Amino acid sequence: MSIRTLLDSLEHHFVDGGKLTKLYPLYEAVDTIFYTPGQVTVSASHVRDAVDLKRIMITVWLCAFFPMFAGMYHTGMQANLAMDAMDIQSLAGWRGWIVESVAGYDATNWWDNLVYGAVFFIPIYAVTFCVGGFWEILFASKRGHEINEGFFVTSILFALTLPASIPLWQVAVGISFGIVVGKEIFGGTGKNFLNPALTGRAFLYFAYPAQLSGDAVWTAVDGYSGATALGIAALNGLEGVVSSGITWMDAFFGSVPGSVGETSTLAILIGGFFLLLTRTAAWRIVLGVFLGMVAMSSLFNLIGSDANPMFAVPWYWHLVMGGFAFGMIYMATDPVSASMTNTGKWYYGGLIGVMAVLIRVVNPAFPEGMMLAILFANLFAPLIDWFVVQSNVKRRLARHV
Amino acid sequence: MFEYYLSLFLKAVFIENMALVFFLGMCTFIAISKKIETAIGLGIAVIVVQAITVPVNNLIFVYLLQDGALAWAGLPDVDLSFLGYLSYIGVIAAIVQIMEMFLDKYVPALYNALGVFLPLITVNCAILGASLFMVNRDYNFGESVVYGVGAGVGWALAIVTLAGIREKLKYSDVPAGLRGLGITFITVGLMSLGFMSFGGISL
Repeated sequence: MSIRTLLDSLEHHFVDGGKLTKLYPLYEAVDTIFYTPGQVTVSASHVRDAVDLKRIMITVWLCAFFPMFAGMYHTGMQANLAMDAMDIQSLAGWRGWIVESVAGYDATNWWDNLVYGAVFFIPIYAVTFCVGGFWEILFASKRGHEINEGFFVTSILFALTLPASIPLWQVAVGISFGIVVGKEIFGGTGKNFLNPALTGRAFLYFAYPAQLSGDAVWTAVDGYSGATALGIAALNGLEGVVSSGITWMDAFFGSVPGSVGETSTLAILIGGFFLLLTRTAAWRIVLGVFLGMVAMSSLFNLIGSDANPMFAVPWYWHLVMGGFAFGMIYMATDPVSASMTNTGKWYYGGLIGVMAVLIRVVNPAFPEGMMLAILFANLFAPLIDWFVVQSNVKRRLARHV
Repeated sequence: MFEYYLSLFLKAVFIENMALVFFLGMCTFIAISKKIETAIGLGIAVIVVQAITVPVNNLIFVYLLQDGALAWAGLPDVDLSFLGYLSYIGVIAAIVQIMEMFLDKYVPALYNALGVFLPLITVNCAILGASLFMVNRDYNFGESVVYGVGAGVGWALAIVTLAGIREKLKYSDVPAGLRGLGITFITVGLMSLGFMSFGGISL
């Protein structure tokens, strides 16, 4: 029996009058994953394009797999190295049982590393997906909108921004806030004004700072303390980073402590390459963020400071440290919360780049600025669009007087 | 000196934003933020009022009200600071009144758009708040000019941004029970989350 016949045979339960009418959005979501919708436009003019919101979101979701696998591998490697250093033989609990039954604790073995990372990341992602999916389906069936694949993207991006050692109940709280307050109360995907994944992340960051920041959370080994490159740089500058054994190449390939998805700049750029190639992500935003970051960090390099070592960090280090690359490729380009106009995208991107460096360098409270910079720019995105539209209107009027 | 004033200004605009960090002036903030043009008008009005009232109140505090301020009149032991609230709000009311007449005469469009909320700037707590912060922090005259403008610009920035977001949210599909004020309060809360990026900066 083909999937089509199976879906067709189930359809009568979900349409009006069926027993499961309330769950129609769920049926519709599954149906449109496998097949393009059957509706056709009857009026004269319409756009024909196989790329709809669903396909776009699935593309982003698939591209996020690059940093996901790289992140799992590097999380595992960091943890295995830490266990060697602390002379810990095995991981306690069910995670240890899984690792021991399919792999080992050898930091030089890629399979061992990947499995170790997976036993931490997959539960995080599963909780994100189940809890977030619960809210999504609840709102979709109660309010009668479709279940949107935007949720796929939100869930994976949210999971990738978390440190591997986070307690799972916090993951559930964070994604609930992100989905419900960040998105669903505004009416679902396309109607919110903040990036829902980052809203949830920021909520967790301010609500449970002990599990989301500091030095002890980035490596998935109890009691091991390893600061992120940014954390070291904020205290001791670039010399501190280099003397702690982190080279630029390490930070680029991802063998540094950090949130799961943010460590490997290389994997992020590969995913970003496909996003830009398929025109899913707006290249103007990505370039705007990059140029804003380069401009601001060069400015700080020029100013210089005796007291604050972050002033001296050059742009190519800003690019590979912390969540900058991840935010630039996956978060800033969220089409809903970004500026919509082409000119506006430059300003929006530039604002993110400038703010990210500004927070990293000037604000002692937060070593990492990307999350807050993007949320901050989200606030200004509609206003930027408004000014761009007004100036276009003015120019057109001037032309035709 | 210039650097000091610049950091005071930036602090008033971003780090201690009247609307999004202290949540002052909420009534007008929420009521007049439906359209960007009106919000810009009100924002400018608030900047002007702040820029005048804070320095004027500073002069009144320093030369009339504070302990020993009346020494020039031969009354070194008199402390009139208990009259603070009364005098500050009086100054604010007078300046808003002048402003209202000015707008009525020269910018009638904005006058009509702002409607009853223009006289209500008088009781906008952001304005009184700025004067009280000025007294609390012992700003001198120069500082109070910069602080007044900064507090006004910060509040204006916040209301214009909120208006931009609300114009976008016109296309959203908010649950019936949250429409209007409810969703606006949540929006303001989320905006304040975005402004947290400045929290902790010490200039």
